[in-house]
Amino acid sequence: MIETKAAVGRPVPRREGGDKVTGRARYTDDLVVPGAWYGKTIRSTIPRGSVRSITFDPAFDWPKVVVVTAQDIPGDNVVQLIRDDQPALSAGEIRHREEPILLIAAADRDTVAAAQRAIRIEYDALEPVFDIEQATETYSTIEISKGEVDEVFEGLEGVEVIERTFKVGLQEQLYIEPQGAIAIPEPGGGIKVIGSLQCPYYVHRALKRALALTDEQAVVIQAETGGGFGGKEEYPSIVAIHAALLARKAGRPVRLIYDRHEDLAATTKRHPGVIRHRTAVRRDGTLVAQDIEIVLDGGAYCTLTPVVLSRAAIHAAGPYACPNVRIRARAVATNTPPNGAFRGFGAPQSLFAAELMVEHVAERLGVPSLELRKKWMLRLGDTTATGQQLTESVSSDLVVAAALKAAPPIRPSAHPTVRRGRGLSLVYHGSGFTGSGEKKLGGKVAVEAAADGTFTILTASTEIGQGTKTIFTQIAADALGVPLDRVTVGPQDTSLVPDSGPTVASRTAMIVGGLIHEAAEELRDRLAKRRKPRLPLRVDKSYVQPDTIHWDDQTYQGDAYPVYAWACTIVDVEVDMLTGEVHVTDLVSAVDCGKAIHPVMAEGQIEGGMLQAVGWATIEEIKMKDGGYQNDRLATYLIPTALDAPRIKTILVENPYSGGPFGAKGIGELPMDGPAPAIIAAIHDATGVWLDEVPATPEKVLAACNSR
Amino acid sequence: MPDVTYLRPRDVAHAVRLCEGTPDARPLGGGTDLMVMLHAGTVRPRALVDLWSLAELKGIRRVDGGVEIGAAEPYTGIIGSALVAEYCPALVAASRTIGAAQIQNRGTLGGNLANASPAGDTLPVLLAADAIVVTDRRAIPIVDFFTAYRQTALALGELIVAVRLPASARGVRFRKVGTRAAQAISKVVVAVNREPARIAFGSVAEVPLRARSAEASLARGDVQGAVAAVAADTRPIDDVRSTAEYRRTVAQNVLRDLLRD
Amino acid sequence: MQFTLNGATVSVDVVGTRRLLDVLREDLRVTGAKEGCGEGECGACSVLIDGAVVNSCLVAVGQIGGCSVVTVEGLALQDGKPSPLQQAFIERGAAQCGICTPGMLLAAHALLNANPRPTEDEVRVGLAGNLCRCTGYTKIIDAVLACRM
Repeated sequence: MIETKAAVGRPVPRREGGDKVTGRARYTDDLVVPGAWYGKTIRSTIPRGSVRSITFDPAFDWPKVVVVTAQDIPGDNVVQLIRDDQPALSAGEIRHREEPILLIAAADRDTVAAAQRAIRIEYDALEPVFDIEQATETYSTIEISKGEVDEVFEGLEGVEVIERTFKVGLQEQLYIEPQGAIAIPEPGGGIKVIGSLQCPYYVHRALKRALALTDEQAVVIQAETGGGFGGKEEYPSIVAIHAALLARKAGRPVRLIYDRHEDLAATTKRHPGVIRHRTAVRRDGTLVAQDIEIVLDGGAYCTLTPVVLSRAAIHAAGPYACPNVRIRARAVATNTPPNGAFRGFGAPQSLFAAELMVEHVAERLGVPSLELRKKWMLRLGDTTATGQQLTESVSSDLVVAAALKAAPPIRPSAHPTVRRGRGLSLVYHGSGFTGSGEKKLGGKVAVEAAADGTFTILTASTEIGQGTKTIFTQIAADALGVPLDRVTVGPQDTSLVPDSGPTVASRTAMIVGGLIHEAAEELRDRLAKRRKPRLPLRVDKSYVQPDTIHWDDQTYQGDAYPVYAWACTIVDVEVDMLTGEVHVTDLVSAVDCGKAIHPVMAEGQIEGGMLQAVGWATIEEIKMKDGGYQNDRLATYLIPTALDAPRIKTILVENPYSGGPFGAKGIGELPMDGPAPAIIAAIHDATGVWLDEVPATPEKVLAACNSR
Repeated sequence: MPDVTYLRPRDVAHAVRLCEGTPDARPLGGGTDLMVMLHAGTVRPRALVDLWSLAELKGIRRVDGGVEIGAAEPYTGIIGSALVAEYCPALVAASRTIGAAQIQNRGTLGGNLANASPAGDTLPVLLAADAIVVTDRRAIPIVDFFTAYRQTALALGELIVAVRLPASARGVRFRKVGTRAAQAISKVVVAVNREPARIAFGSVAEVPLRARSAEASLARGDVQGAVAAVAADTRPIDDVRSTAEYRRTVAQNVLRDLLRD
Repeated sequence: MQFTLNGATVSVDVVGTRRLLDVLREDLRVTGAKEGCGEGECGACSVLIDGAVVNSCLVAVGQIGGCSVVTVEGLALQDGKPSPLQQAFIERGAAQCGICTPGMLLAAHALLNANPRPTEDEVRVGLAGNLCRCTGYTKIIDAVLACRM
């Protein structure tokens, strides 16, 4: 065997890095498709009701334009996901603003714009529902129960009961590349869609269903993708269906590229919600019981809401050991645009409340919150709210110690009107799909050896900036025992690669990376067995859940995740007492990722996720008006700039997980969980006021300070 | 925008003739506002008259006791100007808060004035500095310049050539409150001068305005009274960026702070 | 009209009020500048005009007659190899999804030209017009600081 330097653990160059820094990388809108028309989605302007009439101005030259309505859908008028409630195009009923009603396409953008102005839609409006307390429809409910919660709250002597209600707001993923797809009709009735997306096979299934295509007729190819963060998990199915419907009717390729306004106004957001906590503790700080109620707003269609709710519920008790826990969670329907996947997937919402609850209990007991955390936190052998016993890679002590060690000295404020404060949070985040998800999914990969001595990884897992292509080649190269440059990742094209499952849920490195590791090792062994192996030789692998993992979907009891990644985050803030502005000046996070396959990329994931959380906690506010988002431009939806971002210091703690490749655990979402509660705690440290909600906008901070 | 004609004048006089003689013509400077509106379809002119490269509109020079800044001089030029730093450091500070490098390289005082947004970042500084807006035909005291929401005293075809700052501009102090540290449209802008007593605000009314009763109090040396008078002098609203209550409170807090010696 | 694009003279026959961004991407098929917002907020469409970084979505193409325009495609060295700044972006993890990278590189390039030894705060100011959602900016700032003269 050739002696090679291990690639895993080294910051090797990003695979597609050269293309990205030179402008050679081709994103969807960069692709030249000869003869392609420009498409546009015509959307509702009311939040609830029905379409009374659609009028096409007879003065307009309509033969220049292709128009698609719900009647033009050859298959089911459904966006395939969990429930079949969301139509690809409204068949008359309107459940939210910006709901797609018609599609148009023409040879140039000006004709499209003129056609759009020549369409008038009239509605019969119904009273919309925006308040989650008034919602009549429930998408899903979950109850997790451990011990005897009612008995604790009703009977026990000598316990303190603390109650608080927390609120979390909408958040836009704000990938810098807006949604987009190009659909190309193929000979034989097929359609090829090239797009900006995270999950090629989600789009594949959705296309087959809506356009009545066979497996082979539907082809989905991921173009270079300019960020996702969950926003390109399920929404691209809609964009792809629309582009494909237009291309089918026009008989030519159609580009459907959203501008930023449309993207902000119409696409999914992080679920807002209300979380109520009731915690019982003894005077000595012993945690006795947690009673938690979560309500998430799913918006007008179900999308992935039940799964988001599931992750929210499972993480709701925080990383703490408590003998009596009850978590009741429900997700409801309102008449806002549907909410959907966003990094963290419900956990940031419920962990925000859980972490602040520690602060409130500590304040009531008059002890430092860090002391309570250390008393309560889950350690090896402890059981979680779902009854999962943690048997390895439990890193609460490690990350707390590492973060405390790395935190900068506390500085006094340099200005009389500015106060400084510090906050800390401890979070954990399950890697991979919840419960039996990975088993049901059965993700597939293959690794192939070619005659020229090179190897190709065949996977549908996508590169969206997080480093998939690089870490997969590192894992495969080391498993094969070959130099890195002999291994490449094949294209994310459903006609060429197997369904590895979606690129979501902190599962790519750990689950799919694990499959690649297995496949590569088997390939190495099979190649080694023969002196002249017949090439090409391909090894396929499907995910098989270890029989040590047990989960009951009915009772929500058992091993919710194979393993958890851990983070302790310390933030320093400055609060301007004149304006209520909060500036996060320093952010330190110690993260246990099991094993950093690529330390620089792991840090990059953590830093980016942390800043996204800082934005959620401070300035990323969405104001609603009549069921629409008022912040529907980049001039009004503001994310942190380089000048707003704190100096972020990441400490990678490596506590390996035996089930992950080289010990790796998933950390894609974890960084979204910790900063928000730490920031609220830091604001309290600075000002003495508690804001139990995010975003903590200057308006809210100032009002809270003034009302003291 | 293929239906919008691009016109490139030789000089200011030619530009004035083009603006007067072309129906629905709009002057174009660095495009940082107009190109956004044009692309979004919120304005639909028939022609753009490009002032960007007219030499007469560039440059920063000393004039009778003060400083004159060309209407098409980008903010980057103002930020780097030793003259402006000497005569009106608050204008340098205000220019630094506008957008970021890309916008500062294209945005101009002439554009900020002509656009007349109540949130225009430099406008309260110009008000507090008693600036003079020099056009192709006259000199307009800044206090007479903003007539209504996004309306100015400019006549049809009248072009801003320069902005003059008197010696008193040196004492102006300024603070912008936005949502973030860069690339933010203001929630409140405050600019003050002690001598003469000037208090000007942005984003608290339909126009950038001088707070007259607050100024009267300040002229009497009554800082408390000036701060209190802000409530009556301003007309803030709730909108996507902030609330009326926040704007009023912050206008007062920042004013009090700027007047602290 | 004529202008210089990445060192070569180009002629285009277009309406002068069209956005420079569209002329670059659609007429000249130079797609390094990206449209992230269309209103000068994100900086993804940044290019250099006579050395100054600007948002090409806010420039009417008529305004650049005779000017020198540089896009990310023009940043590489003569032999086509990545420049030290581009190399630093790769090595230090400054490019993740890559969509902001061309604009970020041009802003950084302009900053280093004007100020060869910027402090960290000066780098933050210089890059504040370019939004990135992947990195938290830390690795981008480190890459720029690594290229100080």
